[in-house]
Amino acid sequence: MDKVNFRSGDIIVWLLLLSAPYWLPLMGGYVELGSEVVVFALAAMALNFLLGYTGVLSFGHAAYFGLGAYGTAMTMKYLVESTPLAILIGTAVGAVAAAIIGPLIVRLRGVYFAMCTIAFGQVFYFIAFQWRDVTGGDDGLSAWHRMPLNFGFAELDILNSNKAFYYLALAFFALAVGSMAFLLRSPFGRTLLAIRENERRARFLGIPVDRHIWLSWVISCTMVSLAGSLYALLNDFVDPRALRWDQSGTFVIMTVLGGMRSFWGPLVGAAIFIVLRDYISSHTENWQSFVGLIFVLVVLFFPRGVLGIIRRRATS
Amino acid sequence: MSLLQIENVSKHFGSLIAVNDISMTVEPGELRAIIGPNGAGKTTFFNLITGFFSPTSGRILFDGQDISGLLPARRVWLGMARTFQVTEVFPELSVRENLRIPVEVASGLRLRPWLSGADDVKIRARVAELLDMGGLTDKAERQVGELSHGDQRATEIMMALALNPRLLLLDEPTAGMGDQETYDITQLIRRLHKEAKLTIVLIEHDMRVVFHLADRIMVLDQGKFLAEGTPPEIAANEAVQTAYLGQAA
Repeated sequence: MDKVNFRSGDIIVWLLLLSAPYWLPLMGGYVELGSEVVVFALAAMALNFLLGYTGVLSFGHAAYFGLGAYGTAMTMKYLVESTPLAILIGTAVGAVAAAIIGPLIVRLRGVYFAMCTIAFGQVFYFIAFQWRDVTGGDDGLSAWHRMPLNFGFAELDILNSNKAFYYLALAFFALAVGSMAFLLRSPFGRTLLAIRENERRARFLGIPVDRHIWLSWVISCTMVSLAGSLYALLNDFVDPRALRWDQSGTFVIMTVLGGMRSFWGPLVGAAIFIVLRDYISSHTENWQSFVGLIFVLVVLFFPRGVLGIIRRRATS
Repeated sequence: MSLLQIENVSKHFGSLIAVNDISMTVEPGELRAIIGPNGAGKTTFFNLITGFFSPTSGRILFDGQDISGLLPARRVWLGMARTFQVTEVFPELSVRENLRIPVEVASGLRLRPWLSGADDVKIRARVAELLDMGGLTDKAERQVGELSHGDQRATEIMMALALNPRLLLLDEPTAGMGDQETYDITQLIRRLHKEAKLTIVLIEHDMRVVFHLADRIMVLDQGKFLAEGTPPEIAANEAVQTAYLGQAA
């Protein structure tokens, strides 16, 4: 069984995440890099809810990531300059889109499902690309920025303090990841494992498989929209690349790299991917070749991902 | 009233007629075996009952209700559970988890994002009971994929039983098993029939198993009804002997 995780591992992960703004600079990193890891880790873990725990591969999660990002950016720019409202609206836009598209694709399996998710994703990409007046087209949506959070009694200046933004992102990450872990331990979560393990058996145990896949899809896409929303706020900017299919591919790579059968695998994958990109791209423009090579090596030699290696060491 | 009533059911695949105008009635508490040479249409007939396919013509009534067009999951909700010729379990989950999932589904909890303490206690107790009945208690924490063929089949049967079915359908429960395993599974089915008073329909190749277990036997041949009766009647039936000998010769 996939234990969602052993407890000591959980504690180590949370301690590392909570202290990251303090140790990252000591290791040659910077706080925004930590924020980026948290945002992409959330996206990859959201994808893994569907891929690793329901057994359904989506190659179009960038659509909902991008919808979250555009929803947030457009709320800030056109509607109201409120960070919490922008996050709420951005996430809701992605969730509603996923809920509507879901019924059209949940009957498909395997490659057909993946292809259709790409196709729907590209529709949103082209809309963002072409609808210049509203989305800024290829230039992206700029000339807006996140606003400090005002709690009445205190203000959290996420605009000027990188650390404050990191902790805001981490708080949302904790909320989202915590809910996913909670769901995976519930009867509903076990029906998803059942579908992953053996769809025919699940159906003949009385589980309406398509409906449960739809639910898993909507949960996963909602979480990825939240990640997209935080991504827009992190950069104070969004452009159509956040919606494009290669962005979806990045989520899949992060997940597989870290290990899709372990709960924290996608976090590890996202961290490796982003740190490598940051490090290699400062030396060569060709960073993608190197990341690609590492990905191929991991898949060939450690098909259960980086965390899969550690897990195997721990049990043997 | 009969629990399962099948009226003139046929199934065509293109020009092939896999099941040709077959009727069958199963009474509550009965153990019915369906036998026949290879290609007799037994498994197709079974798949029509459980909703894997819908019939080309004819009607299937379960407890008086027409279920001919219902999806498999709905037939399960009405009280039908099945096993497969090739064992279908959740291989990477433990035996306990394999049983826990259907217990939760049968308790109407499949959409629950959380579980109350009282529900959890009830579910654990039911799982323990099923483990015991299937002789699987000492293997409860093992991954099902690692177990012997016989234990995997016992797990599958207990998963079906976890749904509290009114009708249990077993597709060749002893297929591919050695003598000891065949004996164990036969005894398990016998207990379910005699002690739990379950209504069971099974397909079986092994004649020892069939004659040991069945109250009544229906024989199919090339998609058509050949004979029906008690085990001694079937053993004495000339048409049946010809069908089997004809195949052997």
